[in-house]
Amino acid sequence: MTSAHAIASDVRAGARRASDVLEDFLGRIEMHDGDVHAFNTVTADQARAAAAAIDAAVDEGRDPGPLAGVPVAFKDNLCTRGVATTCSSRMLEGWQPPYDATVVQAMTAAGAVMIGKTNLDEFAMGSSTEHSAFGPTRNPHDLARVPGGSSGGSAAAVAAGFAPLALGSDTGGSIRQPASLCGIVGIKPTYGRVSRYGLVAFASSFDQIGPFAADVADAALALGVISGHDPADSTSIPAAVPDFEAALGRGVEGLRVGVISELTGSGRNGAATGGPGTAGAAGEVLDGIDADVTERVHEAADALADAGATVGRVSVPAVTYGLTAYYLIAPAEASSNLARYDGTRYGLRVDGADVEEMNRLTRRAGFGDEVKARIMLGTFALSAGYYDAYYGKAQRVRMLTRRDFDAAYADFDVLLSPTSPCVAFRFGERADPMTMYRCDTCTIPSNLSGDPAMSVPFGIGAEGLPVGVQVLAPALGEEPMLTVAAALERAAPPLPAPPLSTVADPTEGA
Amino acid sequence: MGDGTAISSEQVAHVARLARIELTPDEIEHYTGHLGRVLEHAGELEDLDLADVPPLAHPYPLSNVFRDDVAGSPVDRDEVLSQAPAASGGQFEVPPVLGEEA
Repeated sequence: MTSAHAIASDVRAGARRASDVLEDFLGRIEMHDGDVHAFNTVTADQARAAAAAIDAAVDEGRDPGPLAGVPVAFKDNLCTRGVATTCSSRMLEGWQPPYDATVVQAMTAAGAVMIGKTNLDEFAMGSSTEHSAFGPTRNPHDLARVPGGSSGGSAAAVAAGFAPLALGSDTGGSIRQPASLCGIVGIKPTYGRVSRYGLVAFASSFDQIGPFAADVADAALALGVISGHDPADSTSIPAAVPDFEAALGRGVEGLRVGVISELTGSGRNGAATGGPGTAGAAGEVLDGIDADVTERVHEAADALADAGATVGRVSVPAVTYGLTAYYLIAPAEASSNLARYDGTRYGLRVDGADVEEMNRLTRRAGFGDEVKARIMLGTFALSAGYYDAYYGKAQRVRMLTRRDFDAAYADFDVLLSPTSPCVAFRFGERADPMTMYRCDTCTIPSNLSGDPAMSVPFGIGAEGLPVGVQVLAPALGEEPMLTVAAALERAAPPLPAPPLSTVADPTEGA
Repeated sequence: MGDGTAISSEQVAHVARLARIELTPDEIEHYTGHLGRVLEHAGELEDLDLADVPPLAHPYPLSNVFRDDVAGSPVDRDEVLSQAPAASGGQFEVPPVLGEEA
């Protein structure tokens, strides 16, 4: 598989044509996406025109940018002008936005070539892509298993070699968890680091856009391209964008790494290591996080210690309540954001005798089961008589999470935990809503706090499936996060390639 | 909360009306179970003493976010209306809001 770095370098130097690169990837999609179903739409014609324009620029001596000729897949909740943006919902089937998301503009301005729009759980509500109105995406490592979600299509696209880069959105773990299950790198940046203008809103105080890539260097490259202040997003942070790639080569010597006790079971890297912060009151250890996953996290911590980091255990007690708080706040925000789908301005309309009947019938037909459930849950949590007990209390837990992280970061530069409590599971295995929601146990705390976090592959777990380790950092702490992620990548045991890639590559030997 | 059933089917029917989602009686039962399972889990927050903890609505507070008062380029009206279920005369078209007699 060719990295984004290698493609851009070759295309800029005139050593490879963007058009040839594109055809290689389109060939792989043609051959394998019938099995994987990573894409809702493959934008082949548009991509061919864009690649030809990149090649023309190179021919004329102009530099197309740091992503010259790199095919990129966009999650289908990112607005792309004139290209269907469905959110994998019947509600928006066929809708063509009148503008591009800021991240789409940024990627194409850097020379990237949009290759398609990827599948997701409807309106990004889910952890498996099983809730897509257009059918699930399958995990390239095992087609009988989910790729995670909600950005399952973007994760699967990169894992299957359909694109070197993809963008997704992360509201409760929707970038990191599928990255973990698909054996690739996924970053949720600091809330506000990347503009959300043109991201179809789910839960506005959590939503954040970030990149997927096969390695940390490519993910850092894409992160640099999409980061930065945007006047079109009032939550966008007016801070300078660091050189993220420069952080990759820094050593971890002297960095203080805390393993989150509540998310890693008992046992290793305990108080005996004598790291800072180990005196903190130990919180409750959460059930339901598989031993094959926590074992990889402890191995990752050991590897960092071997590389010179100071490793200790740290308690972040509020993470045990994060899931509950999130599943009240996020549906509440969703119930408000999704009120706009009323059959008036875009998407589906089912006619009714009056406007209100049109609203009810449109929303009945347009939304899937999980989306309806979350809208109603959020409406209930915000309704008179229940607001304080549910939404109000959840917001206080959110503050508790913020405080507990602040305390942890007084003693540690970065934290480690599993990304997902388990490896990729089989379709239908987590049909019960609470069982599905627990997929987000380890990722939600960073959405509550707004801090950056990312998933890095680190070995395999049950049945040879990929395990991701989560690296968490304080707000705007992407640099130490990437330094640690790069060190973990260097120390990680090799991951078996998805079986798909062993199928004859149409571009080889042709 | 606390009485074993976190939400009743009557409450679900009410919430569905508020959220403007048409549901059949069978679907109301289905969502009563679904929401009930989540809300029962939410009961764990009852035991937390949060009296001294203020609510947090937004993870990275910014205030007074202004931009220069200059005209931007709006999205194209015809492009927007071309995606609407019904439009005429440069406007979105909807069924009667107040009934035919209004």
